[in-house]
Amino acid sequence: MADAALEPVGPRPTAGGALRAAVREIGVPRLLIALFLAVLLGIAVATKMDMPSLLTDCLLRIGRNGLLVLALLPAVQGGVGLNFGLPLGIICGLLGCVIALNANLTGWTALGAASGLGVAFAIPAGLGYGWLLNRTRGQEMMVGTYLGFAVVSMMSIFWTMAPFTNPQLVWAIAGHGLRTTLTLAGFWDKVLDNLWAVNVGGVHVPTGTLLVFALGCVIVGLFFRTRAGLMIAAARSNPRFARAAGISDEATRIQATLISTVIAAVGIVVFCQSYGFVQLYTAPLLMAFPAVACLLIGGATVSRATLTHVIVGTLLFQSILTVALPVTSQVIQGDFTETARLIIQNGMILYALTRREDR
Amino acid sequence: MPTPVLELREITKSYDASTVLKGVSLAVEPGQIHALVGENGAGKSTLMNILFGMPVIRDTGGFNGTIVLDGREVRWNSPADAMRAGLGMVHQEFMLIPGFTVAENIKLNREPTRPTPLSRVFGPRLEALDRARMRADARAALDRVGLGVDEWLPMAGMPVGHMQFVEIAREVDKHNLKLLIFDEPTAVLAESEAAQLLEVMRSLAKQGLGILFITHRLDEVLAVADAITVLRDGEVVARLDPKSTSIERIAELMVGRAATVRHPGAGRAAGTHEPALQVSHLAVDMPGEQVRDVSFTLARGEILGLAGLAGHGKVGIANGLMGMYPARGTVTKNGRPFRLNDPSGAIRMGLAFVSEDRRGVGILPDESIELNIALTALQAQGRFLLPGPIPALRLLDRAAMRRHARVEIERLDIRCTGPQQHVRRLSGGNQQKVCLARATTLEPDVLLVSEPTRGIDVGAKHRIVELLRALNREQGLSILVTSSELAELRAIADRIAIVYQGEIATVLPPDASDREFGLAMAGGALEPTRG
Repeated sequence: MADAALEPVGPRPTAGGALRAAVREIGVPRLLIALFLAVLLGIAVATKMDMPSLLTDCLLRIGRNGLLVLALLPAVQGGVGLNFGLPLGIICGLLGCVIALNANLTGWTALGAASGLGVAFAIPAGLGYGWLLNRTRGQEMMVGTYLGFAVVSMMSIFWTMAPFTNPQLVWAIAGHGLRTTLTLAGFWDKVLDNLWAVNVGGVHVPTGTLLVFALGCVIVGLFFRTRAGLMIAAARSNPRFARAAGISDEATRIQATLISTVIAAVGIVVFCQSYGFVQLYTAPLLMAFPAVACLLIGGATVSRATLTHVIVGTLLFQSILTVALPVTSQVIQGDFTETARLIIQNGMILYALTRREDR
Repeated sequence: MPTPVLELREITKSYDASTVLKGVSLAVEPGQIHALVGENGAGKSTLMNILFGMPVIRDTGGFNGTIVLDGREVRWNSPADAMRAGLGMVHQEFMLIPGFTVAENIKLNREPTRPTPLSRVFGPRLEALDRARMRADARAALDRVGLGVDEWLPMAGMPVGHMQFVEIAREVDKHNLKLLIFDEPTAVLAESEAAQLLEVMRSLAKQGLGILFITHRLDEVLAVADAITVLRDGEVVARLDPKSTSIERIAELMVGRAATVRHPGAGRAAGTHEPALQVSHLAVDMPGEQVRDVSFTLARGEILGLAGLAGHGKVGIANGLMGMYPARGTVTKNGRPFRLNDPSGAIRMGLAFVSEDRRGVGILPDESIELNIALTALQAQGRFLLPGPIPALRLLDRAAMRRHARVEIERLDIRCTGPQQHVRRLSGGNQQKVCLARATTLEPDVLLVSEPTRGIDVGAKHRIVELLRALNREQGLSILVTSSELAELRAIADRIAIVYQGEIATVLPPDASDREFGLAMAGGALEPTRG
């Protein structure tokens, strides 16, 4: 056992070797997805489609979904894997939205109230969820999925029974029970999208929403360089090391789950503001899956994720969804987008689960 | 002289550059109980791995020499081959299925079966179990080992002693069994059970089985063995006749090293200083390394060694003090009460720990060297952080962390490409230096070091021993070193406490004789000395 042997002295890099190294660095799936996106964009340009509006849609979707993807990052960092229980945080955010709507709040006040209330609900929910995950160690993703399903179904009952009174929210005929889709027009529709919005060559940039996503990334990035964040990452990396250093990995796992749930609550408020509607009942049921797919396409694994993975993944996946619909409808008869989305989304999740090992 | 049932001829095995077995030969005759004794690392497990055709041997380049079973030369590719040929093994850890009954465990995968209509069509895999015969066979086997327990009881919840006997019954039930190997069978047994087990071994031998008995307990060896082979550093150092030898002689042969390292600190009076750490009646619930009742005092500026055989609890002591496993007892540090079961409290009280489990506890393999060195100080003492209003949200001071890492890399001669290299890529010795750097970064006044040189090469070993010595001499650090390498302890420690069955059997000076050390480790020193 040689003490000095560290980096293997490999053969000199050749052109082919450098290419292979680059491919390995980017990852085959990401490369394929990026190529697919490039082909779609190529077809779009060749068939003289309305590129500015296509790009506008891309940016809108990226801003809309960004925070929901970011919400997954703390959970992976904390060692509870991909947070399939994202609907829990989403429900908290929706509850905030509905209460703000019911009080007839509008504009920034409404947005602030909805996020604030969402966070207030998400804190106890996240703590409870973290507690649950500590009791079901090793099956976090399964438990998260079922918890999400259970909570969404339970809240479906709540939406019909809750004493909301605003006639714009409840069913017109029955007089009680929330509608499945509530419009935000006249409340806080697109307040962030329109903040400092600019028009670059026909492309409408939703500056405010993108800035919120960027701000979220910066905050999460900084958090993982603080003492608390480092402890969460260390406990994930080696729980026994953490114990020796006086860190309780049960506590850090709860913290990670809590942060993830809180970001999801804010994320859905931002999502609704951009989308223009609050969707209730079964709408949040499957919302974790596209977010998880985004993160994985970005190159994350079950046990390792970075901000780059969040950003790149959101960019690639959401762009494909946006571009695929108009392009394929030109080439193929019928709507191919939904099928493509499901193939990419679930294929990506399956692929990532097969490479569970570190790195 | 009858033909030996098993003969090993000139077995030699190397891992990488180090030779762990050098020309080991031994023969077991039918009806003979042959004891194989030796310290940890003497090569006993490697020898058993070779005998059973374990894949690890082939994967590491195979071995030289021959194995002869019943006069025929054999070479097995897997443990299954060895078992088919008539080898049986009673393991240290039980290989039993808790949810199955005693009889099912005994007959597992060798169940007697009856043909059924289905099996006539689809083949023997669908034959029905012949429960009556299973029961009868199991009963017979249990009777042979003298266990009166009902064969239809479930395994789960049975006392450890019973499990051991069921394990033996399972081996005995194999009809072509020629040689039975007992690997530390009495380690988990109470005294009366151990006596019964020895009785079973004797009666099995009378029935013509060859028995290979591996143990640390020398009194048992003298009680049952017909022949003794002593292994040391991979070589057979003696073949003894139990009738004409003594425990002392065996112990001496087990431990004795050709060149005894002189103790450089000898003559420095230990215990003249005030106590740094006073431990009384410490019990630690560490699986496999139970500490039952340990009391000792670590003087300020002293290096105290903890020695003992594997499984006797020496490793549990430091782990218990650091709160890694549940512990009870009274501990004071510099006269102040010390709270057990509180890892961060232990660090704040000025203790630092280098774990025996380097890869499992010592390092974050996929993080940088600099973070590995800084992390514990960062967590427990709030160092390497920029100022900020909320303690938990203070940002990492990367510049300070890197500066510190560079100093440590220089000081400990950590061979790496830079402070940002991941620790996984370092060699074992350099990983250990990172662990030491992390511990000393805490600026402790008591350092607990377990197995500091296990599995690392000679150069790094030397460096680490030198470093411990320097920390002790120059900074007055009190050090508790736990090690399986007695020679190493004798080279650096002021006193050496021998741990036997979870208690301190005795405390010896480093220049005590090999015989004294060997005896104490094998439980020969009955008068416990509270240091």
